[in-house]
Amino acid sequence: MIDHLDQIFVLLRHWLVSFLPAPLQPVVCVLLSVAAIVSLFPALFALTTVFERKGLARIQNRIGPNRVGPFGVLQPIADGIKSLTKEDIVPLSADAAVHFLAPVVLVVAVFMGFAVLPMGRNMVLADMNAGLLFYFAMGASTELSVFMAGWSSRNKYSLLGAMRAVAQMISYEVVLLLSSVTVVMMAGSLSLSKIVAAQNHYSWGLPHWYIFTPWGCAGFVMYAIAATAETNRSPFDLPEGESELVAGYHTEYSGFKFALFFLGEYLAMFSISGLGTTLFLGGWSAPFSFLTWIPSWIWFFSKLMLSIFVFIWLRGTLPRLRQDQLMNFAWKFVLPMCLLNLLVAGLWRFLGDGWARWAVCSVILIGAYGAMGWGEMRRKHIGPRSYRYAE
Amino acid sequence: MSFVFYLLAALTVAGAFAAMLLKNTVHCALALTVAFAGLALLFLNLDAQFAGFAQILVYIGAVAILVVFAILLTRGSETPRDGVFSRTWFVGLLIAAGVFATLSWAVLQSVRVLPHETAVPTVTVLQIGNALVGRFVLPLEIVALLLTAATIGAVIVAMHEKEGQQ
Repeated sequence: MIDHLDQIFVLLRHWLVSFLPAPLQPVVCVLLSVAAIVSLFPALFALTTVFERKGLARIQNRIGPNRVGPFGVLQPIADGIKSLTKEDIVPLSADAAVHFLAPVVLVVAVFMGFAVLPMGRNMVLADMNAGLLFYFAMGASTELSVFMAGWSSRNKYSLLGAMRAVAQMISYEVVLLLSSVTVVMMAGSLSLSKIVAAQNHYSWGLPHWYIFTPWGCAGFVMYAIAATAETNRSPFDLPEGESELVAGYHTEYSGFKFALFFLGEYLAMFSISGLGTTLFLGGWSAPFSFLTWIPSWIWFFSKLMLSIFVFIWLRGTLPRLRQDQLMNFAWKFVLPMCLLNLLVAGLWRFLGDGWARWAVCSVILIGAYGAMGWGEMRRKHIGPRSYRYAE
Repeated sequence: MSFVFYLLAALTVAGAFAAMLLKNTVHCALALTVAFAGLALLFLNLDAQFAGFAQILVYIGAVAILVVFAILLTRGSETPRDGVFSRTWFVGLLIAAGVFATLSWAVLQSVRVLPHETAVPTVTVLQIGNALVGRFVLPLEIVALLLTAATIGAVIVAMHEKEGQQ
């Protein structure tokens, strides 16, 4: 029974396909999985918009949307109808073809990333040998669509926003890749299912997730920073900093094309959270060995939604960075720590089992973090804040 | 040669032609990206996963972005007045045809030199990784050194310019 519940979607697909003639079966099998992904994640996006607005409102001591439906939960339906019925305005001097293609390319590239994420036991659309490489290749393609949107609008704000976004995404993609490489070194595979399988065993009831090792914990923190920057979320949301750039690269988009950008941003957030879950948080495996009876897909989506909650929490908490702070942080702090983490992961591998490797790796990482942070702070000469006019 | 191959080949060639013939420079860069994507798909069609994904990651993710940045930072994307064809297009065509002829000759000769290669080789990413850090570690390190030198050189050029402005 429990096994059936765990595999319910796989069995459902198998049952549906069994009605068809044999030559059609593999094609329909893939199409059903694609349909599930393409319908599930936009639905999750609709829920998340309410969740985010409610959460942000709570953080800012407001009530949030409460007019449409009970507690405002039908708000996304109203928003969807609104964006469908709005006039689609294309600026006269815009490059019509590229302007049209940009949101399409963005959403397609972001959806492709879901193909390799294992969302439960046996629940992965394409179990590739080079799954992680595929994911990053698709992630790299979204940068071009951001540029296309900004350039084709013929608007200074759009172009500046796109340039900022592309510069930021390229810088943090280095960090994203390097922090994931440690996991590949340990698991010995680029296949995401194998990475989950490598973490899915327990000692004393506790899981062997990579976040519970010194290099994994450091790698996860850097991955989370890079993921926030890659998805242009606050505090790294300067590409669309509304106080300076109106809305950044999608200033000149209205109606459903704007909704597509919005969708793309949230889908990117889901997929990058899913990848982080897979790499560091054990994917679909349960956090304690006595909880393994709960279906694997529930664990994956719980971890995903927990990451989304942290994203919303950060957005409600942190102020926006400045452009030079953003670049300095990526290249002068996170990147050296990533390179050091690669070395530490190698040490961890060759020091063998025992307490020695825990001590050595932790001391190196914490020491480097402390030394670099202390040095940077000393150079900044940060003293007590003085107010010129407000006293 | 399957139907998929012809489809991808048509896409790649169309992208390359558009990159050559379009008036707007940014459009050319975007068309070149289509050609890159077509090449990546051709690699995947041949079951070379690593080459295909690396092609997307490096060429679409980095080289295309570099090209559009270079275009926007230098001349702007407006159409040059004297057309998109350079005056030496015939020489360029000759060189391109020569390179193409040499490569096709080499590819066609390989059938005669290696007549027993009938089975499709299966190369996994793991094998490529092992070969790179095992047998081919010296070339890898030399390339890494070269790229580091190039990066340092780029930084020095950029810093020099900044001093001149101040």
